[in-house]
Amino acid sequence: MSDAAEPVKRLVTPVRIEYRYTPGIAATKFLKAIAQGKLVGQRCPVTGKVYIPPRGASPTHGVPTEEEVEVSDKGTVVTYTIVRVPSENIELELPYAAAQILLDGADIPFSALLQEVVVEDVRIGMRVQAVWRPKEEWGPTFENIEYFKPIDEPDVPFEQFKEHL
Amino acid sequence: MRNVAILSYAQTPYVRSEIRRNEVEMLMPTLAEAIEKSGLDRKEIGFTVSGSSDYIAGQAFSFVMAVDSLGAFPPIRESHVEMDGAWAMYEAWVKIQTGEIDSALCFSFSRSSMGTPAEVMTLQLDPYTLAPLGIDAISLAALQARALLDQGKVSERDLAQIAARSRRDAMSNPEAQLKGDFDVDAILAEPTLVSPLRRHDCPPISDGAAVIVIAAEEAAKKSGAQPVWIRGIDDRIEPQQPGFRDLTVSRSAQLASQGAGVADGAVDVAELHAPFTHQELILRQAIGLGDDVRINPSGGALAANALLVAGLARIGEASRAILRGDARRAVAHATQGPCLQHNLVCVLEGE
Repeated sequence: MSDAAEPVKRLVTPVRIEYRYTPGIAATKFLKAIAQGKLVGQRCPVTGKVYIPPRGASPTHGVPTEEEVEVSDKGTVVTYTIVRVPSENIELELPYAAAQILLDGADIPFSALLQEVVVEDVRIGMRVQAVWRPKEEWGPTFENIEYFKPIDEPDVPFEQFKEHL
Repeated sequence: MRNVAILSYAQTPYVRSEIRRNEVEMLMPTLAEAIEKSGLDRKEIGFTVSGSSDYIAGQAFSFVMAVDSLGAFPPIRESHVEMDGAWAMYEAWVKIQTGEIDSALCFSFSRSSMGTPAEVMTLQLDPYTLAPLGIDAISLAALQARALLDQGKVSERDLAQIAARSRRDAMSNPEAQLKGDFDVDAILAEPTLVSPLRRHDCPPISDGAAVIVIAAEEAAKKSGAQPVWIRGIDDRIEPQQPGFRDLTVSRSAQLASQGAGVADGAVDVAELHAPFTHQELILRQAIGLGDDVRINPSGGALAANALLVAGLARIGEASRAILRGDARRAVAHATQGPCLQHNLVCVLEGE
């Protein structure tokens, strides 16, 4: 190689692998239900706790969760954060709140974004409800729920959900 | 050294594509079976360690999700290796040697079928000079097979015979996937897939899971399970670049065999993790196994090759051969990395 040759300073090696992913029995039931506008979790046969979205196992006991339980699309904000930096896959206007929402009837919180609220008003214990996209757009996806919005119900005291953070 | 025994082994039936269940759903019954057979209570097992890879699952943190299948509450001591489950068991064995724990649950799982395994394995190669060439696992194995054949000591017929024997033996293994009576001449009449390898020289794509429970002597005796003793275990690794070594031999398997003490006694059965037919010949030589040793009565990785599971399965199958009374002393081997880069050898004995 000639001394005059430019040294290699950069190497671009694109990598792409495609997967055909299937979510499993429990998540398939959840996705089929959400395509019908229903939120369906599964109950641990030992503790009675309801997990949503379900992954097929009780994480505390390692046993299958088979009993399906429909939960409400209303819930309580158990924690939240204010997002002030843009994200590639979220087109909402900044700032917005991302929250963990304990749906009524569930025992673990569900992640969702909040809208129709000024971020300064978001608080732990606040009652919210899902805003669904038009029915004709529903599919087996979380995206059927556009966001959650506050509803006119009194805040829930921390004591009532402290076991569900 | 503390004496360590395998108390139980369980595996799923291996299938071409587990599209119905996810990893957690696939694991739960197999974990429950292994724990039940071990005679230990789930809560008294001191350590849990798994082997799997997100690249195979096509999902970030897939090994964390697998913890859901364990019932990890109150919190358990848990670890993970991005390696074959045989190395998960090795970690547990070392931890038992330190005296920190007395028993361990070791498992591995993969749904290899979610991606294209031969291409997924490309990503374990050197990312600057080798992976960008796009050389897949079958092509690399074919280079190794070609180097071996060119020495003139083995023939394509030898390879076809290994394929036929493995798939025939697999017929008596209820969990094996690819089994049947194949004629050597018919195999040799088939076209090559990646020359000189024919389809029969390659492993199937498999989904499945394997679980093993090991314990130190005192805990093993208390468990009531019939122990299979791990008399020696060692692992050795060679350079990642296949071009840096002679692919027709396996110096690392040879050293691991010495470290594990394979030559200290007669070997009845060996379960070798040889996903490609020619690799069995290299390993047989390196580990020092005579012609009287029964190789892969389970069918081996040529009959079921769930990625990062098939090595742990060799240990499990060797322990089964001892429990069946087919072997008094058995050797189990696991490999990972391109062209037998990294090898683990262990020696098992019955009571």
